[in-house]
Amino acid sequence: MHEFLTGICFWIALGVCLIGMLVRFVLYFRGLSWQLDRVAYKAHPIPGMKGAFRSIYKWLLPYGTYGWRTQPFMTAIFFGFHIGAVAVPLFLAGHNLFLESKLGFSLPMLSACVADFLTWMAVISAFFLLLRRIVLPEVRILTTREDYMVLFVSLAPFITGMMARYQVGDYGFWLNMHIFFGELLLIAIPFTKMSHVFLFFASRAQLGMDFGIKRGGMKGTKMAW
Amino acid sequence: MPEGKYCNKKPIETPEEVNFLLSDTSGNTYYEEMKSLDVDSDLMWATIQKTMKSRLKTWLEICAHCGMCADSCFIYLVNKKDPKQVPAYKIQSTLGEIIKKKGKVDNAFMRHAMEVAWSQCTCCNRCGTYCPHGIDTGIMFGYLRGLLYQQGFVPWEMKIGAGMHRAFRAQMDVTNEDFIETFEWMVEEYEDEYPGLTVPVDVENADILYTVNAREVKHYPEDLAEAAILFHVAGENWTVPTEGWEQTSLAMFAGDWAACKMQVESVYDAMERLKPKRMIGTECGHAHRATVIEGPYWAGREDGLPPVESIHYVEWLAEALREGKLKIDPSKRIKEPVTIQDSCNYIRNQGLKNATREIVSHIVEPGYFIEMSPNKEHNYCCGGGGGFNGIGFFRKQRNQALITKRDQILKTGAKLVLAPCHNCWDAIRDLEEEFEIGIRWSFLKPLVIKMLDLPDHMKPEE
Repeated sequence: MHEFLTGICFWIALGVCLIGMLVRFVLYFRGLSWQLDRVAYKAHPIPGMKGAFRSIYKWLLPYGTYGWRTQPFMTAIFFGFHIGAVAVPLFLAGHNLFLESKLGFSLPMLSACVADFLTWMAVISAFFLLLRRIVLPEVRILTTREDYMVLFVSLAPFITGMMARYQVGDYGFWLNMHIFFGELLLIAIPFTKMSHVFLFFASRAQLGMDFGIKRGGMKGTKMAW
Repeated sequence: MPEGKYCNKKPIETPEEVNFLLSDTSGNTYYEEMKSLDVDSDLMWATIQKTMKSRLKTWLEICAHCGMCADSCFIYLVNKKDPKQVPAYKIQSTLGEIIKKKGKVDNAFMRHAMEVAWSQCTCCNRCGTYCPHGIDTGIMFGYLRGLLYQQGFVPWEMKIGAGMHRAFRAQMDVTNEDFIETFEWMVEEYEDEYPGLTVPVDVENADILYTVNAREVKHYPEDLAEAAILFHVAGENWTVPTEGWEQTSLAMFAGDWAACKMQVESVYDAMERLKPKRMIGTECGHAHRATVIEGPYWAGREDGLPPVESIHYVEWLAEALREGKLKIDPSKRIKEPVTIQDSCNYIRNQGLKNATREIVSHIVEPGYFIEMSPNKEHNYCCGGGGGFNGIGFFRKQRNQALITKRDQILKTGAKLVLAPCHNCWDAIRDLEEEFEIGIRWSFLKPLVIKMLDLPDHMKPEE
């Protein structure tokens, strides 16, 4: 089972994820229409790029925008979850040793202590994100089954990973479950709302270009994101 | 009954058709007929497939349903945080449903979508700046309005407004002759006070081509005289066109994109014909948005810019005060608590906040200006934007929406509200009528004229 999951399954999951992301990313930008979107992307590339960069950068900073600052608690749990969800899968030592054996290269590695901290932070934050969905009427009304599924699919690798990490019960079982859910997550990325892991950059860039070109950027004012 | 006499899918093209629809008082029969108007699902789906590209599709798809847009929407806040007023919900439950069902929705759904599109969103675009994914629900509502307009599910006044643009190239039944005659007549009224005051018509290669809002011609002709006086005192070489003088676009509020194109092209034709150095529009928000910000795209201009540099009145006024073309008598500056309404259409959507504040620094005695909170790009809509002011069918909802601005103004303690936008001006007038909070409101032109320090040769003879 372990061989199967770390062999062919891994390659399929990684391939589907990377190719899927690439295809959708390219399709997104090819689908932009200067006339229908009413943004002259090509005519003003420099103000557009500036706006796009600024819009992405500001929103990646915790409390970097007016929007983040008006909802401090949401911002805390949002970044608490997302920092862990990005950093742990990419920089966990175990993952990189695996990567090294598979692809012959690895990324910088987190110390066990930092990795534990980020993992707990992500899981606890996710719990509050879930709570927020259930408790707040303005979030509950928007919530669909897919939202819970996405939360589950993104959280399952963390939970199973922790079970393995703290050796609760059968290590081998949890490790396999962890790999399975990790691969499920990779495959889900291009086809579900998880696509925001890369379409976030596309969508933010688009609105940034809109403001950078049409809505004030070329008048010399920066949108106060 | 699929197509009604008054309520149908056919746009209004002629003055006779405008009058016919106007003859249905308050649109009573129109809205009755709407209840049996058929939905052409195939047409709607075909339109969506042609016009809904990756931006809108992605917005609908990646919305994380986080609800962070909720508090950004003044209509949500002012309706006791009704979850049904959350921007993401409003668009997902209307446009989102239409997409999910591939256009196969029924009459009741379309009427509901109309209510949401015109009475629960003013297209102020504030939520767009609060969404982590950069989803601008206001833009999506603009798109939805287009689909609804095509199917005939559009508020009566909006259908008339769009029809006016088609029939008259103006938002009201004002002809080119009416415009020039009214302008000339108003200028004559002030000739004695301002010797040499004229309205230069169709002058080629002028420095400024001036465009207006048709309701100034119809209801507030003083505004035309005031514009002439300020250009005259500033020594500007300006002109108005006999055709293409109307800057507004109710067609934009209605979602009638074809009429938007017709209207804005009439102004661009005037620019091409008269070759002015710049175009300046009156103190209106949506007019600037329509003609300067969105218009180039309707007209198919790939650079996204009008044929000549086009600026808002507040930009010209700030410049004239800065350069000393207009001088203010310091003793006549405003000396009472005063605030300013930031129009969504040119502050949030074109970043002109500094121009209005520069004007304030000239015309208000230091210490008397109080900012609203929030302000500038983050200011709330006046409560009547996006056509909301004009729709009788949704008057109750509009009046509720005014409460946000009322409370913002009350908090400043200002007695006077500067409102350099026709829509905001109307909304603030209406909120004073509705709630009687004891404020006055004004465009900039009349205030500036009263405090001008005239050059000696222009001073009236003793």
